[in-house]
Amino acid sequence: MIAATLAFYLFAALAVVGAINVIFQRNPVHSVLWLIFTFFNAAGLFVLLGAEFVAMILVIVYVGAVAVLFLFVVMMLDINIAVIRQGFLKYMWAGLLVGGILLAELITVFAAWKMSDSAEMLRAAPAPDPNAMSNTEAIGQILYTDYVYLFQASGIILLVAMIGSIVLTHRTRTGVRKQVISEQNARRPIDTLEVVKVESGKGLQ
Amino acid sequence: MAVGLSHYLTVSAILFTLGIFGIFLNRKNLIVILMSIELMLLAVNINFVAFSSFLGDLVGQIFTMIVLTVAAAEAAIGLAIVVVFYRARRSIAVEDINELKG
Repeated sequence: MIAATLAFYLFAALAVVGAINVIFQRNPVHSVLWLIFTFFNAAGLFVLLGAEFVAMILVIVYVGAVAVLFLFVVMMLDINIAVIRQGFLKYMWAGLLVGGILLAELITVFAAWKMSDSAEMLRAAPAPDPNAMSNTEAIGQILYTDYVYLFQASGIILLVAMIGSIVLTHRTRTGVRKQVISEQNARRPIDTLEVVKVESGKGLQ
Repeated sequence: MAVGLSHYLTVSAILFTLGIFGIFLNRKNLIVILMSIELMLLAVNINFVAFSSFLGDLVGQIFTMIVLTVAAAEAAIGLAIVVVFYRARRSIAVEDINELKG
């Protein structure tokens, strides 16, 4: 019990430290690395909550795909770090104001918050006993049955995102000689060859 | 002191506020703004999983996965737009994105 409490405070504190570093780092590459750090600690929090599958998805999808995509783009673009810091203080006060108001609102909500007695009855998919069935198995049993349309819709969202980003970043280069196989296959001897009878002594005109 | 639901909600509130703060601070760098949005989505996910765990309802975790999917799609499209914009303008500062005069 005490180990779980300590682990919660460790993961929570490190996640917050990582998030602070994401927004305050000078170099965007360092920001991405701190973002990865934050995701790892959030995955630790998920494991503490008993949601192992979501934690592993977070590590694989976020750290393995999204964060690496961020790294690729940051390194592809030639960003001037000195210019990035200009006007930092000018926006700081507006950010502090909005962030402070939002945090105060959230604290107000959490302080005066109470779970309804009938909430237990309203559960759509009550979680099974963790000793009887693992978290992954329980999710699989409802994801592919009750929520299969949601699952397929997320697949369509990913397909649209994939096609969209390919269409956006694709550019046709001019002046590149490319092999067009259909044109090569469509060529016939009759289009390109001409047989000429050459009379002796006259040559080809 | 046992760790309750409100502890997780507090962590998520702090992460969400930091995400908002990051959007205001990094006006010269669109990529860090996208990272701040990812932080806010992570805070939302922590909320979902915390409520799901303490209420004993698995739907929260299902919805977390949908949020993850949408966040991945958003990151891919957003970064593609950043790359296209950088090719055209050689800059990723927010104030340079005023083509539509909005």
